[in-house]
Amino acid sequence: MLKSSSSSSNRIWLPAVIVLILFLFAPTFLSAYRMELLTIFLANVVLAQSYRLMTTTGDWTLCHYILMGMGAYITAILAKFYGVPFYLSIPLAAIGTVAVSFVMALPLSRTIGFAFFIGSFALGEFVRHIWEKMHFPFGGARGLSSIPRPEVGQPGDWYYVDLNNFLDITNFYYGTLIVTVLALILLYRLDTSRIGNAWKSIYADSELCESIGINVTRYRVMIFCVAGFFASIAGSMLAYTWGAIDPDNFGMIEMVYLIIWVVVGGVKTYWGPLIGVFTMSLVFELTRPFDEWRPLLFGVILITSLVFMPGGLEVLIPRTTRFFKNLVGTKEVS
Amino acid sequence: MGFLDILPQTMGNALVLGSIYAMVAVGLAIAFGVMQMANFSHGELFMVGAYCVYVLYTLFGWPFELAVIASFPIVAVIGIIYERLMFRPTRGNVLAGFMATAGAGFVLQVLISDWYGVGLPKSVQVPYPGGSDFAMMAISWQRLVIIPVTIAMVVGLWYFLTKVKDGKALRACAQDPEASVLQGIKLNRMTALAMAISGGFAGVGGALMAPIVSVNPYMGHDYAIIAFIVVIVGGMSSIPGAVLAAFILGLIHTLASTFLDSVYGGMIGVLFMAIVLIVKPTGLLGNVKV
Repeated sequence: MLKSSSSSSNRIWLPAVIVLILFLFAPTFLSAYRMELLTIFLANVVLAQSYRLMTTTGDWTLCHYILMGMGAYITAILAKFYGVPFYLSIPLAAIGTVAVSFVMALPLSRTIGFAFFIGSFALGEFVRHIWEKMHFPFGGARGLSSIPRPEVGQPGDWYYVDLNNFLDITNFYYGTLIVTVLALILLYRLDTSRIGNAWKSIYADSELCESIGINVTRYRVMIFCVAGFFASIAGSMLAYTWGAIDPDNFGMIEMVYLIIWVVVGGVKTYWGPLIGVFTMSLVFELTRPFDEWRPLLFGVILITSLVFMPGGLEVLIPRTTRFFKNLVGTKEVS
Repeated sequence: MGFLDILPQTMGNALVLGSIYAMVAVGLAIAFGVMQMANFSHGELFMVGAYCVYVLYTLFGWPFELAVIASFPIVAVIGIIYERLMFRPTRGNVLAGFMATAGAGFVLQVLISDWYGVGLPKSVQVPYPGGSDFAMMAISWQRLVIIPVTIAMVVGLWYFLTKVKDGKALRACAQDPEASVLQGIKLNRMTALAMAISGGFAGVGGALMAPIVSVNPYMGHDYAIIAFIVVIVGGMSSIPGAVLAAFILGLIHTLASTFLDSVYGGMIGVLFMAIVLIVKPTGLLGNVKV
C-alpha cells in the first residue's frame, strides 16, 4: 500500500512534464483565437483547483465565483485607476480578497453542509449587488472596461516585455502559464501538507478533530481564505485577459459551470478537477454551434455524473494506468 | 406624507409579499424536512407555475382560477419526477441532490425558452382589475388575493400534516426515517409525496404571481434566493419557522424598497440572515443545526 502510493506520486511527473511541454510549445501550432481560449483555460484550471481545495473540508461554497470576481475587480481598479503594475496588483488583489473572504467566513463558519451552501450563495449575491449598485469604483451594472494589460518595464529598456499586444498574446500567455504553474505547485504542496491533512480530517470527522485539538472553526475560516486567495489569482488573470468585467461575468450560471467541472472530474484526488476542466472545456467549445441548448446538455451531464458516476472521471485514472501496465506486460496485483 | 401616513400601506404590501414568500418557502422547507431533499431549482418550479397560467389562461383562454388550480398538479408532477430521477439515487448526500437539481434547473429553463421563446416578456392580462382602498391601503385585488390563498393553503397543509394519516406518516419520516420504515411507512412514497407538495406550492405561488410580474424563463432566480434565505432564517425544515421568517423578510423588503431601493432590500435581507446565523445558527424556530 505504502509502496504503491509512493510510486504513483513518482509516476505523475512524466505526464505532468509532457503536458507542460505541450503548453510551452502551444503558441507555435495554435491560432491567436485558440491562444486566447487557452489563456482563459489556464485561469479556469487555477479556479477549479482552488475550489477543489475548498471542498476538502466538505464545505462546498456557492460564492467561489464571487471571490474570483473580487480579485478581478480589485485588479481592474488598481490597474485602471491607479496604474499599478501587474506584479503588485495581483498580490494586492489577493490580499484584498482574503480580507473579504475572512469577513464572509465569520457567519459561514457557524453553518455546515447545506446551510453553508445556501448561506454562501446569499452572501455572494450580496457582494454582487454591491458591484451593481456602486458606480465608483466598481462601475455599476456595466462594469469596468478597457483594463490595461500588463507591461514589464518601459519601452526601450533591455528587459522590456510587452504583454499588452492584443494581436499577439504569446507573451501574455507565457505570463499566465508561469502564474498558473506556480499556483498549481503551491496548491499541490498545500494539499499534501500537514494543514491539508487537517482539512481532510475535518471532512472525515469534525468532532474527532476537535477532540484531538484541531480548532475546526479556525481551520474552516482558514481554508475559505486560502481558496479565496487562489480564486483571486484566477480572477486577476481573467480580468487582464478579458480587458473588461461586469457583475454578470460572476453570476450563478458560471458558478454552476464551475461545479460541473469539479463534479465531472471528481474531488478525491488532486487530478480530478484538472480532468474535469479539460473535458468540459472541450465539450463547451465543441458545442459552440448549439449555443442555446448548451445549458440543457450541461445540466444533463451534471445530473448523470452525480447519479451514475459519483466519483467523477478521476476514478478512471487507476483503471487506465492498470490497463496500460497490463498492456506492457508488468502485471500489477491490485 | 409622513412616516405614519404610509405605514398602513407598507404593512399591507409587506403582508402580500410575505404571503408569496411563505408560499414558496414552505415548499422548500417541507422537502428539506423529509430526507433532506434540497431543491436548488425551486425557483424554476415557481417559473413553471407562472408559465402554466400563461399557457392555460392567456393562450388557451381557461378561467384564471382553473389555471391556478391546474398549476398545482402540473408542477407537483415535475416535483415527483425530480424525486424519482435525482433525489432517490442521491439519497444520503444532500449536496449531490442539490447540485443535480441545479442541472435540472438549466434543463427546465432551456426547454421553456425553446417552447415559448425568450425575447418578449410574456404579459398575462390582469384577471382581477381594480383595487381595494380599505384603511388607507391601496392594493390591487390581484395582489390582495394572494393572502387568502396562502392562508388557505398553509392551513390545508397544517390539516394534512396533523389530521390525515399520510400527513402524519410524512412527519414521522421527517423525525426518524428508520423508525417510520419499521412501522410500515413506505419511505419512497413519502419522499415523492413531499416533493409533490413542495412542487405544488411553488407552482401555485408562480401562478398567482404571473399577472403581477413579467413572465420569463429566468424569473425564478430571485424568488429562489429569497426562499433559501427564508428557510435558513426560519430554521431548516421548520414550516412554522418558514412562515414566520417569510413575513419578517417581506416586511424588511417592503420597508427597504419603500424608503431606499429594492436592491438594498435584498442586501438587507442577506445581512439579516448573516446576523441570525451568527446569533442563532439553528434559525429562529429550528432546533437542528444544519
